[in-house]
Amino acid sequence: MHMEKYLILNTLSYPVLSLIMLVPLVGALISLVIKNETYLKILGLLVTLLTLVLSLPLFTCFDLHTAKYQFAELRAWFPLLKLHYVVGVDGISVLLVLLTTFIMPFCILCSWRYIKKRMGEFIFVTLVMEAAMIGVFISLNTVLFYICWEAMLIPMFLLIAVWGGARKDYASIKFFLYTLCGSIFLLVAIVALYIKTGTFFIPALMDQEFSFAYQMWIFLACALAFAIKIPMYPLHTWLPAAHVEAPTAGSVILASILLKMGGYGFLRFCLPMAPAATIYCMPYLIALSLISIIFGGYLALGQTDIKKLIAYSSVGHMGFVTLGIFLLNDQGLKGAILQMINHGITTGGLFIMVGMIYERTHSREIADNSALGMVMPIYVTFLGIFCLSSLAFPGTNSFVGEFLVLFGAFKKSVVVGFLAIPGAILAAAYMLRLLQRMVWADSDGHAHHHDEAVGDGHAHKLDDLSFRELSMVVVLAIFVFWIGLYPAPLLNIMDASVTHLLHQISVGGSVVPVDPHSGHQALLELGNWCKQMMTF
Amino acid sequence: MQAMLILPELVLIATVLVLFAASLKKIKGTTLTVIALAGTFLTLVATVLSISASGTIFAGAYQVDTLSQLIKFLLGGGLFLIFVMCRDLSGIEEEMQNEFFFFLSLSTLGLMMMSSAVELLTILVCLEISSYALYVVISFRKGEGRRTEVEAGIKYVLFGAAATGISLFGISYIFGLTHSTYLVDISAQLPNLIQHQSMAVIGMVLMLCSFFYKLAMFPMHAWTPDIYQGASNETTTFIATLPKVGAAALLIRLISMTGPGVTEFTWVLVVLAVLSMSFGNLAALVQDDIKRLLAYSSIAHAGYMMIGLLSGNQLGMAAVIYYIAGYVLMNLACFVVIYYIAPRGENITFEDLKGLYRRSPILAFTLAAGAFGMAGIPPTVGFTGKFVIFTAALEKGFYGLVVIAMVNAAVSAFYYLKLVRAVYCQGEEGAVEKIELGIGVKVFGFFLIAAIILVGIMPQGLMSMADQAVAALL
Repeated sequence: MHMEKYLILNTLSYPVLSLIMLVPLVGALISLVIKNETYLKILGLLVTLLTLVLSLPLFTCFDLHTAKYQFAELRAWFPLLKLHYVVGVDGISVLLVLLTTFIMPFCILCSWRYIKKRMGEFIFVTLVMEAAMIGVFISLNTVLFYICWEAMLIPMFLLIAVWGGARKDYASIKFFLYTLCGSIFLLVAIVALYIKTGTFFIPALMDQEFSFAYQMWIFLACALAFAIKIPMYPLHTWLPAAHVEAPTAGSVILASILLKMGGYGFLRFCLPMAPAATIYCMPYLIALSLISIIFGGYLALGQTDIKKLIAYSSVGHMGFVTLGIFLLNDQGLKGAILQMINHGITTGGLFIMVGMIYERTHSREIADNSALGMVMPIYVTFLGIFCLSSLAFPGTNSFVGEFLVLFGAFKKSVVVGFLAIPGAILAAAYMLRLLQRMVWADSDGHAHHHDEAVGDGHAHKLDDLSFRELSMVVVLAIFVFWIGLYPAPLLNIMDASVTHLLHQISVGGSVVPVDPHSGHQALLELGNWCKQMMTF
Repeated sequence: MQAMLILPELVLIATVLVLFAASLKKIKGTTLTVIALAGTFLTLVATVLSISASGTIFAGAYQVDTLSQLIKFLLGGGLFLIFVMCRDLSGIEEEMQNEFFFFLSLSTLGLMMMSSAVELLTILVCLEISSYALYVVISFRKGEGRRTEVEAGIKYVLFGAAATGISLFGISYIFGLTHSTYLVDISAQLPNLIQHQSMAVIGMVLMLCSFFYKLAMFPMHAWTPDIYQGASNETTTFIATLPKVGAAALLIRLISMTGPGVTEFTWVLVVLAVLSMSFGNLAALVQDDIKRLLAYSSIAHAGYMMIGLLSGNQLGMAAVIYYIAGYVLMNLACFVVIYYIAPRGENITFEDLKGLYRRSPILAFTLAAGAFGMAGIPPTVGFTGKFVIFTAALEKGFYGLVVIAMVNAAVSAFYYLKLVRAVYCQGEEGAVEKIELGIGVKVFGFFLIAAIILVGIMPQGLMSMADQAVAALL
């Protein structure tokens, strides 16, 4: 087994990938012995910032001209099963690693006052979470991938179950069991691949030529896990519950990073390992993506709870991501990856904004938080920026991603393109409705008077953003506009890897013939129908 | 130097005799604890020293090989850890404390000998030594009414006696077919017999019943919840761990005799494994008493281990040894919490676990590590064990079985999660009584947490030893 031919070993002065996974873990251990709450928060912030700084060379020293896995490390781990500790990043995963290290300091900052109990455990859980998430994106070995994938469940479960809202029990257990059930078949697929090929090494698994029937099994087993995680209609029901009950940091982690793992899984497992099955299943997944886009947007339109609205909007946005992925063309894939980053920044920002207003009014209902424009001008300015970004307004980051996906869709088929358009319109509708109510007034024109008694009779004034809060949203807003106006650096990074991925699919998809008599007759007919629609 | 071969057994026999003498002298308190701990520690050292010993003694009935020595190490280590954990014996009648140490050491001796026994009658005698000692210990529980513990004791005797009877019946079939009680002779003929003689399949299944009983495997599982509930917390800790190690070792020896092929016998085991997992997990979902919950979960774990055994390949058998070692650690992690939450030795329910993180953070973390481990969530030893077992089963093509097992693991996650939720997410309000723990208990808890995680992410050491151990058998 020549593993080195897929890798460019790390040439930096320190093992960057292992280190950014280890630093949060060490920080978590240190947090166990500190008692003072302020020190704990500072520790959490310093550790996440240190991880961010350590991960910056991934961006600056990244070789744009290769699709190999860079900064790689290779060590023996469990020789009995020919298992190696092997990590590395390509143009797709490096962006997600950077997104993770970039978002985590915000998770600590936005909890500064939001988390009122058990601060030590909160910092511990958050840092363990960061290590596991980075592990998912950097591992080039299916077992390490699965270990990190599953290990994430424990801290996320605790984040929701301990610091969550009123229905935290229901939401946390639903989240845990839903995701666990999805991963069952992923593990079976991982082991089945090992038994067939004798390796757990992901790049080597991509180079195999499996029979069509085998590819179908692998594809379906993996796709189930990833479709739950991303989440794709009809497997999305855990998401609104988890989002609404989770504390702000939990919502941010969920929206910004966890959901991306579904998309990353599709790109890393399904597409390159089962290309023929991917091409075969493409129509159904495009159909499900379109349903997610429209269904998510439609549900978001009817929500009165801000967090729920954003949660359903995430279902719609992730629908764009899966649509882009399964268009299987250059624009679609690039748009999808960019959209994952954008969604991480924008929706992360929105959840942080919701958390801020919740700290002030103790309500997430739109009706209780209306007409803030008079009292909190800075807050609503940034809310406006993130809302416009979320509806893909030109000049913001999401516009570029969504535009690329739609471009790819129209290139593939006019029908798909036109079906995706209502999703974009719905996004404008629910986001502008949210913005209108929160900034100006209720629909009947009456504005709440926040300076007077609110809710439980305590008179409290709504302060505008503090320095800490302002610094968070300013940084996020800079990225919103930077990616919106100049996305080239990100697109350049993913370019070689996306090209390589498309090459893998076209080669792998053409070698293995689709066998129409392998027991998928009904699916095939449906697929033909979809294909006819798409070639229209 | 044949005596050196059985060094661990000799040291443990000496310990047993010293404890017996101490019970005649009515030695109590610290002296007794020191004797018990020193004896078991020396046994542990002896198992380490003789880990690479090999040879055959007692006219070929007693074989010292890598498998037996590894199992003896696990048994010695387990017994030492149990004595360290329960050294106060707060749940045992005052006047019985001496006998408690004595009988548990004796039972472990039986298990150690069983792991080396390669002749059917020797196996049976060793099995009875380990069982009879336990029959007595169960009713040592402190309490007023003494009804549940006596009930538990009698149930254990009756089920045990029935299981032994069934096993003897099975042995008679095997002896009739092969004209030998030596495993060497039997294993030469058995693969052929199993394929052509349904009598051999019936005989083997019946013979295994005693070990199913020890492992709490369906259909010999019925005693488990009542005994776990009725016996004192100390005794349950023992019953939940060491006899299962012994039973797993013997099952490896006996099932490996049937050869690598997938036969009717394998399918019988498949059915038993599925029933064991499904019944155990479903019944555990509705339990309120933590020990009853762990009892049902142990039935489920017996099913997971059976998957490794019935795979019949080297990886599966080695994974069973790894799994049982991890299972001992995870069980100890759960029982140390039960033991220290209940200072008077009572049974605990979910109600008692609420808010444990405020009463004792280290106990809470230990229980969480044990529960997540048993649920098979990485990075714990429970995950790695399941992973390797399932890999072995898939190598043999048991796809359906592995999917059923994985679904079971997901079901079991629910009740393990209920434990963690009670510990960390409930009982946040109101005053609580802190649990005062000595430094020893804290170190013990940290040791278990570290072991569960480290053995889980670095399985190579234990797995390669287990691999060597089973390589000789296949």
